[in-house]
Amino acid sequence: MASTFQLEIVTPDRKFFEDEVDMVIAKTTEGYAGILSDHVPMVSPLSVGVIKIKKDGKLLKATCAGGFISTDEDKAIIVTDAAEWPEEIDIKRAEAAMKRAQERLKHDSKEIDVLRAQIALNKALNRLRVSKGE
Amino acid sequence: MAGMGMRDIKRKIKSVNSTKQITKAMELVSTAKLKKTRDRLEKVKPYFETVNSAIQDILRNATNIDHKYVREREINKSLYIVITGDRGLCGGYNINAIKKTLEDIKDKDKASFVVIGHKAKNYFAKRGYEIVEEYLNISEKPEYTDAKNISRLALNLYKEGKIDEIKLIYTEFVSTISQVPKMLRLLPVSKQEDEKAEDREFKYISYEPSPGAVLDYLIPKYVESTLYGALVESATSEQAARRIAMENATDNAEEMISNLVLSFNQARQAAITQEITEIVGGAEALK
Repeated sequence: MASTFQLEIVTPDRKFFEDEVDMVIAKTTEGYAGILSDHVPMVSPLSVGVIKIKKDGKLLKATCAGGFISTDEDKAIIVTDAAEWPEEIDIKRAEAAMKRAQERLKHDSKEIDVLRAQIALNKALNRLRVSKGE
Repeated sequence: MAGMGMRDIKRKIKSVNSTKQITKAMELVSTAKLKKTRDRLEKVKPYFETVNSAIQDILRNATNIDHKYVREREINKSLYIVITGDRGLCGGYNINAIKKTLEDIKDKDKASFVVIGHKAKNYFAKRGYEIVEEYLNISEKPEYTDAKNISRLALNLYKEGKIDEIKLIYTEFVSTISQVPKMLRLLPVSKQEDEKAEDREFKYISYEPSPGAVLDYLIPKYVESTLYGALVESATSEQAARRIAMENATDNAEEMISNLVLSFNQARQAAITQEITEIVGGAEALK
């Protein structure tokens, strides 16, 4: 049986998760990375995606709106702007955000706004996907 | 109080009493608000500390990183981000933060400001300092997006080379009775002198995809989270400072009232004595 390690997920307004887990999978900017106990110390930015936590044979899923992960032999810390469990996601709000971002992508031409709208669209789509359990 | 008639004293008592009621109410309001912002501060701290320690770890281990946010530049212009409240009546809270800023400014032309709160804005605008941007009415209830906006603005100025360093002035919440203004240099990022760091052995950390890319992401994040932490901390300090100021004001008002009541009673006694003397005198004269 694989040994467990301490996982901490912090967001600006709360400590989202803190427990012993078997494995965590997070989407880094380079792609999905699964982290087990005794991982080499690593720091990597995360992109918008899903955090999967394996604990006692169960798989927990949460959204992650970008951030970074820092691992140590016996501990991993994920710092993110926002994280939600599927049941916490406000679907209406995510849908509204998706529409708003799509509108903006159609009309706006300023570079920074396009980038922001794309990130917003990604976040909204990510939330919707997770809330549907995909 | 000599020379004041009874009616004057009575009026004075009334006015001091109504002031006291206001200060008492304000004290209660800030006590409630203080409790709320303190809870918030407790929640924010882990995030803020995690980001900060991650940054420090990287800087400590990667000594020869040449990165745009770490490199020292010649300082031609400094950006000061000053956090104060929107309202007064909170003792030295606002002015202490402003004084702390002024201590650091040697050349007025080399300083520009991002002010948060009406108090800082009024002070620096009146004295002709260059204000890049002002954020008003957020200091009582700062949101993460506020911190994000401010840091985006500051980082853009930094990238464009319009400013060469960013300093943040906020008020640290030590306890409910002590708040200390603090100055922190956000950019370029410097290593914090930390005694424990010396004992820690060098550790190999892998940075995916590269140290530069990690810092590209992490430093703006660090600026953002530090700003947010400082905003929340200052908001807490403001409420604590106001509570103390109002408590003192209420105590002073109480003392004033008790003095006034004493002189009122003396005046009343004097008036009665005088009346009796007059009556006795009058009766004596009729004999």
